Amino acid sequence: MSVAESASLPSWRISLRLKPLWNGLFGTPLNTVLTILTLAFLAWLLPPLARWLVIDATWSGTAQDCTANSGACWTFVGAKLRFIVFAFYPPELQWRPLLVMVLLVSLLTGTALPRFWRRATLVAWPIVIGLCWLLMSGAGLLPAVSSNQWGGLPITLLVWTFCFGLAVPLAVLIALARRSRMGGLRTLAVLFIELMRGIPMVAILYVAMLLLPMAVPGGQHIDKTMRAIIMITLFWSAYVAEVVRAGLQAIPPGQEEAAAALGLGYWRTMQLVILPQALRQVIPGMVNLAIGFLLATSLLAVIGIFDLLNAARASATDPKWLGFYDETYLVAAVIYFVLCFGGSRYSRWLERYLRPARR
Amino acid sequence: MTFIPQLGAGWSTALAASLVVAGSIFSTTSFAGPTLDKIKERGAIKVGVGTTPGFFAPDDNGRWQGFFIDYGRALAITVFGDPEKVEFTNSSPQQRLPALQAGEFDVLLSGVTVTISRAFQLGFHFGPTVFYDGQGILVRKDLGVNSAAELDGATIGVQSGTTGELNIADFFRKAGKKFTPVTIEETGEFINALETNRVDAITQDSSDLVGKRTQLKKPDDYVILPERLSKEPLAPAIAGGDDRWLEIVNWTVNATIQAEEWGITSKNVDEFLKSEDPAIQRFLGVDPSLAQSIGLDPKWAYTIIKAVGNYGEIFDRHLKPLGWDRGYNRLWTDGGLLYSPPFR
Repeated sequence: MSVAESASLPSWRISLRLKPLWNGLFGTPLNTVLTILTLAFLAWLLPPLARWLVIDATWSGTAQDCTANSGACWTFVGAKLRFIVFAFYPPELQWRPLLVMVLLVSLLTGTALPRFWRRATLVAWPIVIGLCWLLMSGAGLLPAVSSNQWGGLPITLLVWTFCFGLAVPLAVLIALARRSRMGGLRTLAVLFIELMRGIPMVAILYVAMLLLPMAVPGGQHIDKTMRAIIMITLFWSAYVAEVVRAGLQAIPPGQEEAAAALGLGYWRTMQLVILPQALRQVIPGMVNLAIGFLLATSLLAVIGIFDLLNAARASATDPKWLGFYDETYLVAAVIYFVLCFGGSRYSRWLERYLRPARR
Repeated sequence: MTFIPQLGAGWSTALAASLVVAGSIFSTTSFAGPTLDKIKERGAIKVGVGTTPGFFAPDDNGRWQGFFIDYGRALAITVFGDPEKVEFTNSSPQQRLPALQAGEFDVLLSGVTVTISRAFQLGFHFGPTVFYDGQGILVRKDLGVNSAAELDGATIGVQSGTTGELNIADFFRKAGKKFTPVTIEETGEFINALETNRVDAITQDSSDLVGKRTQLKKPDDYVILPERLSKEPLAPAIAGGDDRWLEIVNWTVNATIQAEEWGITSKNVDEFLKSEDPAIQRFLGVDPSLAQSIGLDPKWAYTIIKAVGNYGEIFDRHLKPLGWDRGYNRLWTDGGLLYSPPFR
C-alpha cells in the first residue's frame, strides 16, 4: 500500500474518529517503520514476559515448587512482602510504621496540592514528622523500638521526607547567601555548595556513620539514622540551593528595586516579593530533584540501614527461600516506580497549572 | 542522576578506612570506655552481621536466623542470661571493619577472616575460629576444567572488599597464569554474572559458594573446584581494649565446642545435670564454684546449650540444609580442627 493511499483511506473503512490515530501510526513512511518496529519489539518481549509472570509462575506451595517451575515465584513474594515493606520492625507493632506511611503520604499529597499552599501546611510538616518519629521509636509513650529494627518502605519514606523537608528551607537560606552582597557570606555559601556537590553521596554517608560520632562531642549517642539524616540534609540542600538560585535569578532586578523604593527592608522584600515568585518557578525543578533523591535513598544500605531495596535483597537470602532475586527486585521496582511515576505526573500537571500565573 | 556515584567498592573501602584514620585524629577518647561497661549500660550487645544464606539471613517473620546469629544470641546469654538482649545490624563488607573501629558494633560476627594485619594494624582482637573456611572457585562444568591451574586466561568474578581479591591474584601469579578479574559488589549480581557467561568462574569463600550454587537455575551444571586458595578462619572480631569482653567471646564459643565433645545437646542437657563427672558439674553450674570465681552466672553454659545448642547442633540447623559438610569444622576428636581448652 503506498503512502498516498494510506494517508487518505476511504472514510467508509475507518471512521473519521480513528483517522488521526491511523495517520499517527502509518501516516508517513517513518511512522510506519516505527510502528512496525515497536510491534516487533513487543512481540519479542511480551510472550516470554507473560510466560514468566503468569503462565509458568507458581502461585502457591513451597520454594521447591517454585524451583520446579520456570516462572516467577509469587509464593515467595507472599511470604516475604511483609519483610520487604517493614523489614525487622516487630510484627505485633506493625500498625505504627503503617500509620507512619499513611501520615507521610498524606502530608506529601497535601503539600502537592496548590489548594493547601498556606501557612497551616508549613506548620503541619514539623508536627507530622515529629509524630512519625514518635510512632517509629515509641519515644517513651509507646513500647520502644530501637532504630536498629526500623526498615523497609517506612524508613525510605521517612528519611526522604525528613531530609527533603529540612533541605528546602536550608537551601533557600544558602541560595540567598550565595546572592548576598556580603562577600564573606557569599564565599561561605559558594564553598559549602561546591564542597557538597563535589563529594559522592556514599562518602557523605560514611562521614555520618564513621566520622560524625568521633568528631562531634557526644556524637556516639546520636542515633545512626539521625546522623544519616543530618548529613543527607546538608548534602541535598546544596543541590536544592542551586535550583532555588536559578529561580531567584529569573526575577528581574526591577522588582527588588521597586520593593526598595516602597520602603521594604531586605527580609520583607524577599518574603513578600522575590521568594513567592522565585519558588513558584522552581517547583517543577524541585519535584524532579525529589524524585532523584528518593532513588538515592537506596544508598543507605552502605551504612547498614535496611531501606526498601536492602530489605528486598536480604529477603532472598533466607535459606528457605534462596535466591528469588528477580521477584524481590521486581516488587521493589514496582514500589519505586509507583512513587516516581506519581511524582513525575504531578510535576507535569503542576507545570501546566502554574503556567498562567507566570505570564 | 549526578549525585549517585558509580564507585568501585575498593575505592569506597579505602575512603571509609581513611575517614576512620582522620576521625581518630579528632578524638582519642572514642575507645576509652571498656566495651563490656557500654554493653551493660545499654542492656544489649550490638552485633554486626552480613547477609549470607545459612550464616545470617532474615526469616519470614523478620527475625535474624543463622550460624553466626546463634553465636550472637549465645553471647547475650553469657552477659545477660537472655538470648534476646542483642541487636543485629547489617553491615556491608566495605564498611564493617571501619565501623567496628568506630565503635558502632561491640562484636563483628560477619564472617571476618583472622589475619595478622587486621590484628596489628587495625588493632582487632579475634575470638576462637568458629568456622574454618577457604576460598574456592565455582565454574561451569562444560568448561572441562578440573583444577584451578587449568583456568589460564579465564575471566573470574571476585567480590570487592574481601580478601578473595588478593588471594586469587596471588594464586595466579604463583602459577604463572593469567586471568582477568571482574569486580562485582552486589551479592545477587554475582550469580547472574556466572549464569549469563559474563564471567567463566566466580571465586569467594567456599561458604558463600555453597549457598550461591544452590541458587543457580541448574546447580548440577556447575562445580566447585577442589582447591582451596586460602585459609579463611572466620572468627568473632572485637576492637582492642577490653580483655574481659574478649574472654567472654572466647569462652562462649568454647562452651559450644566443649558441649559437643561431651555429647551435651539442647535436648539432653537436663539429664547431664545429674552427671557425676566433676568437670561437667562445673561446666553446667551444678557446682557453682568455677563460675563464681570467674564472675559469671553459674548457669551461663547450661542456658547457652539449652537455648542455642552445641556447635554441632548450630551447624546442622543452619548449614547442613545448604549442603555443607563439616569438613575441617569437626571436633579434634573426629579429625577436625575444633578444640576447646579445658573448663577448669
